[in-house]
Amino acid sequence: MKVVYLNHCSSQAIFLRRMLLFLVPVCISFTACIQHAKTDAPQSDTAAITGEYSPALTFAPNVPEARNNMTPKKVIVEIEVVEKIMKLDDGVDYTFWTFGGKVPGPFIRVQEGDEVELHLSNNANNKMPHNIDLHAVNGPGGGAAATLTVPGHTSVFSFRALNPGLYVYHCATAPVGMHIANGMYGLILVTPKEGLPNVDKEFYIMQSEFYTKGKNGEPGLQPFDMDKAIKEQPEYVVFNGSVGSTTGTNALQAKVGDRVRIYVGNAGPNLTSSFHIIGQIFDKVYNEGGSEINRNVGTTLIPSGGTAIVEFVCREPGTYSIVDHSIFRAFNQGAMAQLVVTGSADKNIYSGKIADEFYYPPIPNDTGSKNKLAPVPVIPELSFADRFKNGHVLFESNCGACHQSTGLGVPGSFPPLAKSDFLMGRKDMGMGILLHGINNESITVNGKHFQGVMPQLPLADDQIASILTYVRNSWGNKSAIVKVSDVKNMRNQ
Amino acid sequence: MFIVCALVPRNHQDHLPSGRGVINSGSCLAGMIKVPGGSYHPFLHRKGQPAVVKVYPFYLDVNAVTNEDFLAFVRANPVWARSRAPRLFADAGYLKQWAGDFEIGDDKIKNSPVINVSWFAANAYARWKGKRLPALSEWEYAAAAPPVGMNRGPQLTRIILGWYDRPNPTVLPQVQSTYKNIYGLYDMHGLVWEWVEDFNGVIIQGENRGISNFSCAAGSLNSINKKDYASFMRFAFREGLQARYTVRSLGFRCAKDCEREMLL
Repeated sequence: MKVVYLNHCSSQAIFLRRMLLFLVPVCISFTACIQHAKTDAPQSDTAAITGEYSPALTFAPNVPEARNNMTPKKVIVEIEVVEKIMKLDDGVDYTFWTFGGKVPGPFIRVQEGDEVELHLSNNANNKMPHNIDLHAVNGPGGGAAATLTVPGHTSVFSFRALNPGLYVYHCATAPVGMHIANGMYGLILVTPKEGLPNVDKEFYIMQSEFYTKGKNGEPGLQPFDMDKAIKEQPEYVVFNGSVGSTTGTNALQAKVGDRVRIYVGNAGPNLTSSFHIIGQIFDKVYNEGGSEINRNVGTTLIPSGGTAIVEFVCREPGTYSIVDHSIFRAFNQGAMAQLVVTGSADKNIYSGKIADEFYYPPIPNDTGSKNKLAPVPVIPELSFADRFKNGHVLFESNCGACHQSTGLGVPGSFPPLAKSDFLMGRKDMGMGILLHGINNESITVNGKHFQGVMPQLPLADDQIASILTYVRNSWGNKSAIVKVSDVKNMRNQ
Repeated sequence: MFIVCALVPRNHQDHLPSGRGVINSGSCLAGMIKVPGGSYHPFLHRKGQPAVVKVYPFYLDVNAVTNEDFLAFVRANPVWARSRAPRLFADAGYLKQWAGDFEIGDDKIKNSPVINVSWFAANAYARWKGKRLPALSEWEYAAAAPPVGMNRGPQLTRIILGWYDRPNPTVLPQVQSTYKNIYGLYDMHGLVWEWVEDFNGVIIQGENRGISNFSCAAGSLNSINKKDYASFMRFAFREGLQARYTVRSLGFRCAKDCEREMLL
């Protein structure tokens, strides 16, 4: 301890320390350093503390109210670490490691100049040691070393909130990535001395990834997958700790005309977020949660372990999707939240759909007649041999995967086409099936039951004619050629 | 910090720690198994230290010490009773799972590992038994052995991580409820964490006294196998301990030397 301080002290302090080495060296060197620091630091950093209080901590998407009194206070923050099983997605559970029993952990709101005394308790029923690294801290490990705590114990440390901004906090016990991947993170806001401008609504959103052994959607209690985490290939990317945490009845709510401020964090542990709200423009972004403001931003980048404060005015009623615009994460992995704005629409700002008309592409080299219909090409009929040959190729690429090249299908799953009474007995020669698909109907083929699900494939009349000609004349099947005109007539019925 | 500094890291290659008993008959070894010597790659490796540590043959308890075992010790040494043990040597959670000073209470946990015991209490128990706590290198060496019928490798790591993934059970299962490893030792992983003699050796070495090597991403700079998450967690857990601490998932088992046997 004392060695560390002496390294940063003046030679005078070292002299002092030598003189008093045998008395109370720790006290003396410590004091000397504090005095030394004072001369360099701005006065406000160490302004007198007037009183103490324990702020309300809120869980996402809620944000604690701003404090009115601006003088620096001692702020006592108590957080308990709890390891517990919770829902990650419908039917999917996960053993989360949490600050305060939820993911993300509580939102801590303090003010520039406050002295924050943090009490970190590790629930006695937990298995793991934990700690906390707050990015709002000036000091080694952000408090991590000072707060390493085994189950059944509480660690306390304090820091001065010197830099205003929005910061991530997280557990930093080895292996760090796993503690973050399991849910140990949250946000701490240090409001500037002068406060932040008033807004109508404030929300708390935190993005993170989950690396589960099972694939996305695989039900049951899913263990952490270290290999996927190292490869940075998550199964889930979510807002506020689970798929659907902030959608439907849990969506954020605002009214037309509201100015909304969202404190956004990205816990990672690996991915950078392209944060975007579909249909809103951030008229203000506090870049990376700092003091610089960017205006009129569509999508803002939030690094892993970083933040952003975004603001916008709700102009139009509707449901707005909040996404990571690395869009497969939103569409397939869960990175989707919703904001529902209620109130009256303003057609001057957004019309909604005004028209829906047919559109015919203009004919090349015929600029004079815009809407003239292109002549419908006549599709020639083919010989049986050509139909059969084309049909063979089309069958292999479109049908063979299920019905097999042998036409025998897969017992119990995909019905046979070879000598199929279902196919050969049909009046429509099978055209209806290819045109419309089979939507989960119970069918019987050669006496065997199948739950028929066949997609409607995007095939042209010509292609259908060829496939059916091939299928109806292979593997022992025998019938006439299927003509394009047959298919065309069937389609137009 | 005071307590941490009072414990000297011990190099088992150099000398025998005090309190090591002489093994004089086979009956003393009831419930113990001889772990063959060998070499061990310490998880943490620093410049100037050998990458391979030789582990001499030693005896290790087949099972973790149970509540019933520990009750016998407390009866014989009432100074270690729950209400009498000084807080300096066992914190307020000491034997919290028991019904009283000399009473376990719940029969279901009689044969489960004793938990909520401090290093001091575990060490006193071992001495009372004529044994000692295993050195960190001995424990790690013995615990790295795979379950019977399984090869060394990532499978064991998965078993351990699987245990970490589950919350603690309400009633701690009995000893021998997990797996037996190829040395014949039960439950080296998957039931409780275990004290080792030099549990805090990791942080008091080197010049960064008092500064955690495990608390930050930089912790990975010293380790050998960055994918050995299970070891990371064990070492982080040990670093969070002080000798008077008690934890609901932390027990111990005893070791004993073999070298003296050969000298006799």
